[in-house]
Amino acid sequence: MEQTEFAPWNDPTATPLIQFKGVTKRFGDFTAIDNLSQDIFECEFFALLGPSGCGKTTMMRMLAGFDQPTEGQILIAGQDMAGIPPNERAVNMMFQSYALFPHLSIFDNIAFGLKRMKMPSAQLNERVQEMLRLTRLERFAKRKPHQISGGQRQRVALARSLARAPKLLLLDEPLGALDKKLREETQFELMDIQEKTGTTFVIVTHDQEEAMTVSSRVAVMDEGRIMQVATPANIYEEPDSVYVADFIGNVNIIQGKASKTGDDGYDIHWADGYAPIQAKTSRQLDEGQTAFVALRPEKITVSRDKPTDAGNMIKGEIVDIAYLGNMSTYHVKIPGGLVIKAQSANTRRLSRRAFTWEDEVWLSWTLTAGSVLSE
Amino acid sequence: MRRLFLIAVPYLWLLALFLIPFVIVLKIALSDTALAIPPYMPTLDFAGGWQAIKDFFSALDMENFVFLTEDDLYWKSYLSSLQIAAVSTVLTLLVGYPLAYGMAMAPDEWRPTLMMLMILPFWTSFLIRVYSWMGILSNEGFLNQFLLWTGLISEPLIILNTNSAVYIGIVYTYLPFMVLPIYSALEKLDGSLLEAAEDLGCSRLTAFWLVTIPLSKSGIIAGSFLVFIPALGEFVIPSLLGGSGTLMIGKVLWEEFFSNRDWPVASAVAVVLLLILIIPIILFQRNEQKEREKNQ
Amino acid sequence: MRRFTWFNATALTFGFVFLYLPMIILVIYSFNASKLVTVWAGFSTKWYAELFQNDAFLDAAWVTLQVGVASSTLATILGTMAAYVLVRAGRFHGRTLFSGMIYAPLVMPEVITGLSLLLLFIGIGLDRGIFTIILAHTTFSMCYVSVVVSSRLVSFDQSLEEAALDLGCSPFESFRLVTLPIIAPAVISGWLLAFTLSLDDLVIASFTSGPSATTLPIKIFSAVRLGVSPEINALSTLMIGIVAIGVISASIVSKRAAVKQRQDEQAADRS
Repeated sequence: MEQTEFAPWNDPTATPLIQFKGVTKRFGDFTAIDNLSQDIFECEFFALLGPSGCGKTTMMRMLAGFDQPTEGQILIAGQDMAGIPPNERAVNMMFQSYALFPHLSIFDNIAFGLKRMKMPSAQLNERVQEMLRLTRLERFAKRKPHQISGGQRQRVALARSLARAPKLLLLDEPLGALDKKLREETQFELMDIQEKTGTTFVIVTHDQEEAMTVSSRVAVMDEGRIMQVATPANIYEEPDSVYVADFIGNVNIIQGKASKTGDDGYDIHWADGYAPIQAKTSRQLDEGQTAFVALRPEKITVSRDKPTDAGNMIKGEIVDIAYLGNMSTYHVKIPGGLVIKAQSANTRRLSRRAFTWEDEVWLSWTLTAGSVLSE
Repeated sequence: MRRLFLIAVPYLWLLALFLIPFVIVLKIALSDTALAIPPYMPTLDFAGGWQAIKDFFSALDMENFVFLTEDDLYWKSYLSSLQIAAVSTVLTLLVGYPLAYGMAMAPDEWRPTLMMLMILPFWTSFLIRVYSWMGILSNEGFLNQFLLWTGLISEPLIILNTNSAVYIGIVYTYLPFMVLPIYSALEKLDGSLLEAAEDLGCSRLTAFWLVTIPLSKSGIIAGSFLVFIPALGEFVIPSLLGGSGTLMIGKVLWEEFFSNRDWPVASAVAVVLLLILIIPIILFQRNEQKEREKNQ
Repeated sequence: MRRFTWFNATALTFGFVFLYLPMIILVIYSFNASKLVTVWAGFSTKWYAELFQNDAFLDAAWVTLQVGVASSTLATILGTMAAYVLVRAGRFHGRTLFSGMIYAPLVMPEVITGLSLLLLFIGIGLDRGIFTIILAHTTFSMCYVSVVVSSRLVSFDQSLEEAALDLGCSPFESFRLVTLPIIAPAVISGWLLAFTLSLDDLVIASFTSGPSATTLPIKIFSAVRLGVSPEINALSTLMIGIVAIGVISASIVSKRAAVKQRQDEQAADRS
């Protein structure tokens, strides 16, 4: 059964929920956000990903209303948010530190936003109970924040931010304080809740695995600019810059000069005296232009014998092996000194592994395995 | 808009009730005594128009300040106050530091109780605590009774109504102000620094001198200012515990004002005292600012 | 690692004995049947009885109480506002002057503040009485309150205020519903501090009071200038007793609260 893919950004008739139009934010001399434009659609789980200082938190705070853009406009549901304070926006935020009110019980924390809406008490009670059920916190309603654990506090923060059924929920590094196992469980819970409630989520994170797991689209940011916005698959498989390729997952970057060989084929001359790397790409490159081949480690096959039908092959020496339990990463030194990382599953037991240090091996990959990048 | 209101209300209050009064003191200091109510002239009469204002300013003079330099009483009192305040500050430091140190070294369970014991006198009336020494230091007081009873002396010691009583009084009443900042600085001291010093060859005493004392410097400075500056202008302690020979400027100001009814001279005394204090006050505020920035 | 040495123990003992002995002696003498300090004539509470029949003292106590409550409450409001400005308002014109005016009264000799306020009141033609004392006390107390409250505000987690705004509060509501309940202990200690300072003030009250308004410290001072007085001993003992009860109970309450907080947190981690 074919499922219709959720991709409103490809639909020319869809209207975005959030629009950044030429937004710039300056703090004194420092430019945090530089002429940024981006659309985010309803029901998206949109991730802002980047290192510290890239501007992702600033973008989020401007959506929440805690900061105003220096230039440009931010529209939510078609309405210009200039001058509208946080308490008047249909936006709610889940804070990194949770910001639970220590003097109120869990119930009152969740009810806080509803009371500001002057919701009648019967309705309010029901709504809070619903939120407690959604986050599995019914037992803790009467407790205070210091009487529950870290993971439970995180769920209270989530319940409180969803109580008012906002159009847009902002999550500021929501899983940072949780241990790995809890983090993984919570990631799926978040996705479930997002689908169930039909809310648009914008999450800020520096953890790329998290961004890849939960989001519908990822925006990779650097120094106040969005470098690329795409689905997790596309961001991983088709990065459009070395920065993005390197930021997400592991990658090998081989630099060379491009020469066209066909409709969409290029030869990348990366070292004198060795066969050029053959690749296919829809990108248009000039003759002799500096190009980069971005190759993911798992797309490279390691073999003792020379492969007979691979598109590309290079001989090299294993200088290091990183054993990760289910996979091994082989660090292979190729002519010219570059060390290529090739990853394969440990299909055989360790003692029966085919390769070891200082072995000479062949690395091979197909014509379409790598991305050709111009920057 | 709301922010403006929040700033304006306390700001205006302080301008009106703290700053402007000082300007008035300066003005009175430049005026003459008068047998009138209020007992000074000229008074500023806005209704008199520009001429009245000009007359007002021309009638002001530095006569009172000159008078302060002519009569021995004043400069002697300033000097005496500086001396008494300085000596008292040092004495308070000598008594207060070991106390603060003892509190900081005490086992954790004792701390809240020790803190409470240190704070209790602080909340008790200053006046009462000074008064309590009257009954102890007088010729028939508790101290002399005790010393006579033990046979250590044969004649009562004359302590009350001398400068010595004033020293005791200041040390006693200002002790918490010295102890608390020093304690707070010592409490933050990292014990492993002392261990490192000893590991590198210091004896306990040397480690104390070379590590503990310099690191508690901010507490010592804060405590010293909190004692020295108010002590300089003290009135109650020299009045109750000191004698007629005790010259302190706070007492002089009071008597000038209430006994002699010479408001202009009293104001001139106040202005000079303030000028003397400006430097220590600014230093104190600078130190506090530095500490606050360090902690943020 | 702290080493509690004999030196420390001795220093503590001598220090606290020095601090408390005068007050203990005072308390003992208040029960001395003889008027003379030197002669112990037996246990008696007659000075307390005389105290409660002394109308002048009772009137002064009443005035002092009124001034204390009024000025502390006003000082707490103004001081909290000032603290907010110092900690949150960032840079603005005249900020240096403002913070100077807040911190200066903490060290200013009282004779100067008293004199300057009196000259102000006379200059604007304000009759001296209870009202002027309240104005004077409010002015120096608010500075102490602002120091106490601002030190609490500095460590206050601002994201709590942002969360309140995010959930629909106006800035004032966020202060009322979130900030104030959480900083309440600091605000209350500010009030108590202001109250104590007001109750104890002699110099400023002397300058700024009028014939109709005599405060207790003024009365005490005029009585003791002449020497030790047994009625004053009784009054002092009462005041020491009230303060002691207050401080000890506050200490016990805060200790219990801290223990409970720790127990709750440990239980939460286990659940």
